[in-house]
This record gives sequence, C-alpha cells and structure tokens, in this order.
Amino acid sequence: MLIGLLSDLCLLFGGLLCLTGGVGLLRLPSFFVRLHAASVTETLATVFLIAGVMLDTGWALDTAKLLLLIVIMFVANPSITHALCRTAAHGKYRPESNHEPQASHQQENQSSNNSTS
Amino acid sequence: MIVAAILALLVTMALVLTRAFIGPTVYDRILAVNAFGTKSVLLITVGGHAMGWYSYVDIALMYALINFVGTLAVMRFFETHDPRHDEL
Repeated sequence: MLIGLLSDLCLLFGGLLCLTGGVGLLRLPSFFVRLHAASVTETLATVFLIAGVMLDTGWALDTAKLLLLIVIMFVANPSITHALCRTAAHGKYRPESNHEPQASHQQENQSSNNSTS
Repeated sequence: MIVAAILALLVTMALVLTRAFIGPTVYDRILAVNAFGTKSVLLITVGGHAMGWYSYVDIALMYALINFVGTLAVMRFFETHDPRHDEL
C-alpha cells in the first residue's frame, strides 16, 4: 500500500515536471533560457517517472533494466545539453540581450576570456 | 495516477513539437527534437507498463541510446553552422 502510494506520488511529480519543462520550452524568450528550462526539468522528470514505474513493477528483471535506463538518461541528458550549448557557441550564436549594460558585460567577459586564452 | 502521467507526457510532447516547428534557430529545433525523443522514451516506459506490454523496457533502452547518438550526430553536423547567414 505504501509502495503504491509512493509510486503514485513519483508519477504525479514526474508528470508535473514534464509539463513544466514543456511550457518553459515553448514560452521562454531566448535559446539558452529554453535550454536550461528543458534540460533541468527533463532530467528530474525522467528519474521520477521511471522510479514510479519501478516501484509499481516490484522485484523482477525489469527493475534492474529500469535502473539501467535511469542511469543512462541521467548521464545522457546533461551531456546532450552541454554539447548543444557548445555547439551553439561554436556556431557563433550568442545570447541577444535587450539591456546595454548586460551586453557590455558579456563583451567584457568574452574579451577577458580571449585575453586569458 | 499512471493515466495522469501519460496525459502529461502527451501534452508535453505536443508543446515540444510546437517549439520544433516554430523554433527560430536550428539549435531550438535540435533541442526540441531531443526533448521529444526523451519524452517518447518515457511514454514507452510508462505506457508499456500501464498496458502490460511484453519487454517494453528493452525498446525504451534502445530508443534512449539511439536518441543520444543521433542527437550527437546532428549536433556534430551543425557545429560550424552560422545561424546569422540563413533562416533555418
């Protein structure tokens, strides 16, 4: 009974996180903000949803496979996000800002990075 | 409660697909397609468990690995791409 309640709670929280990530991916203004919203919620929603299924399955071979799936997604999602951010930076895509001080701050950061490298 | 999770996954897939269609840059589309692949892995897992499919976890594992490698390949292809030069 307690296991079933815990499984329902995990599934509910995972679904809520999924919805949050989808709305953030659709509504947020800039690419890097969307990247942040999608990746963070996606990683945690994956863990919670698969953990909910895992609790509902019980002790079987599928439990180990679901644990392997959790590990794979938990490693793959942040590395995909990191690689996509690097890809956007290599493709000369910089975040556009509306404020002048922020833009100059970014330019300072870039110039300092260039000078140090 | 598992039906609520499946419904949330379907709504999220619709939202992510909308972003994949209207995305201003190519990186938005890559991000949306990757998120769609992750959501379909989750949908296979949760829906397969709810409907009592046979060995659904293997299909989800394969789909997760193929999604990872495929997204990396597409990102490798677009690494030296300048989004200011064309409207993709």
